[in-house]
Amino acid sequence: MSRILLLQGNQAVVEGAIAAGVKFFGGYPITPSTEVAESLAEKLPLVGGKFIQMEDEIASMGAIIGASLTGKKVMTATSGPGFSLKQELIGYACAAEVPMVIVNVQRVGPSTGQPTSPSQGDIMQARWGTHGDHWLIALTPASVPECFELTLRAYALSEKYRTPVILLMDEVIGHMREKIELPDNYDEIPKAERKRPACAPADYKAYADVDGDGVPPMADFGNGYRWHVTGLVHDETGFPKGTPGATVAAADRQYHKIYDNLDDIVQVDEYRMEDAEYAIVAFGGGARTAYETVDMARAKGIKVGLVRPITIWPFAEAQMAALADKVKGILVHELNCGQYVLEVERAVAGKCPVCSYAKYDNEPATPAQLLAALEKSLAL
Amino acid sequence: MRIELRLSGTGGQGLITAGIILAEAALLDGKLAVQSQSYGPEARGGSSKAEVIISDQAIHFSKVTKPDILLAMSQEAMNKYSGDLGPDSVIVTDSLFVSKIPAHEGKVYELPITHTAKNELGRALFSNIVALGALYKLTKVVSYEALEKAVLNRVPKGTEEKNKKALAAGIAMVD
Repeated sequence: MSRILLLQGNQAVVEGAIAAGVKFFGGYPITPSTEVAESLAEKLPLVGGKFIQMEDEIASMGAIIGASLTGKKVMTATSGPGFSLKQELIGYACAAEVPMVIVNVQRVGPSTGQPTSPSQGDIMQARWGTHGDHWLIALTPASVPECFELTLRAYALSEKYRTPVILLMDEVIGHMREKIELPDNYDEIPKAERKRPACAPADYKAYADVDGDGVPPMADFGNGYRWHVTGLVHDETGFPKGTPGATVAAADRQYHKIYDNLDDIVQVDEYRMEDAEYAIVAFGGGARTAYETVDMARAKGIKVGLVRPITIWPFAEAQMAALADKVKGILVHELNCGQYVLEVERAVAGKCPVCSYAKYDNEPATPAQLLAALEKSLAL
Repeated sequence: MRIELRLSGTGGQGLITAGIILAEAALLDGKLAVQSQSYGPEARGGSSKAEVIISDQAIHFSKVTKPDILLAMSQEAMNKYSGDLGPDSVIVTDSLFVSKIPAHEGKVYELPITHTAKNELGRALFSNIVALGALYKLTKVVSYEALEKAVLNRVPKGTEEKNKKALAAGIAMVD
């Protein structure tokens, strides 16, 4: 049985979190993500979970790292200014390989920026916000139902690959209300579970790649398995070891556990691309405009389609390279001064023209504005 | 069938709630609806608008670009949110707060929305529900049954009868 509701994207994330089995949220409210915290504060206690409003975003990250180490699924939610504060401990979570989902409902930045206005300015920060080489996953929903689905998927990937996953939203999707059909009983939704050790506690090494897939089994703290968690470069035991060999081994394993599985991780959706001669690349709130632009352009006889990355990081390298072989030109639309377009240009490598329609004036582009940009930039 | 509505006024007048109720009523009727809003950082005051698009086809872009209805419940909102009206757009104002209406070829309804909420229901708080009654009568975009159900789903227990009266007062305002 299911129910039909009118929900905000932020509320659908909360439903996804409850359905995924989240039992801990540590956060600090901030527009335009506040509804995530507000709604989880109400719902988590009803499913035996804990909600803590921490003193700030840094402490929130510390709290969810600790809670995840006990084996629970955890979440925090924020927007740009808070996402900046979380970066140091996002790096720690990457280094210590702690599963978690971090929701960032982007707003106009930098700094306090425009709290209630939409933006997609944190694309690069989601990938490179913390220092040092590191690898993680970021997903971007473009509808309220997809907020629910991608929250579930974020936990599936986070637990499977033992990595932080960023649910990279924007104000358009976070605050928009639309129809969503949700199952009445979340018990019927399969729960993602991290790989746990099969060995005895005395034999456990927290970072040993026992199965050869790059993902070490992870023991729950408080369960008899003792292990050391650190942001220092460490060896299989988890204790610091800064030799060149240990450093390269840790980096290579963390890279390969994600980048050897791009077929599983990277999702790209398409709309009217079957016979398309041109493509708009857009995601999240920007994609909502692009669907209508594609229909308007098609009505004028322009054969254009939409390519919508759902997985923002890792970058959809193979998909964009293949697209360049198929179309005569690509227009990348994003609500920032032009970030994702740089990656598209790199993957396309000159095989076809890549143009940018960068919108950064606090408003999403209207379908007519995007159509005008398409016609002008690709000389249609 | 597709209709675009913009409900605007001052933060605290309940226009975002009104937009949500209208969208929920559309879902109850088996239609699709998308509701969005924009507002300033203030908790009260400042211009606020809620937009609702109702259609039987998929709705992608969530903002209103060709308003069929503009409800303005403050002068500032009237001035700020009327720039993209076309000749077929219908303006509905709260006559207590809006005295200057920009040049407009189409229909204009100046209705005593807040005045009626105060006089007939005792509190200005009901003005958003009165407005919904008027919008229902003007557009019939949702069925009365769905609208009443959506209102009663959203309002505090014990206020059901007053809210039904508020809807009726709004309906009675439009000939």
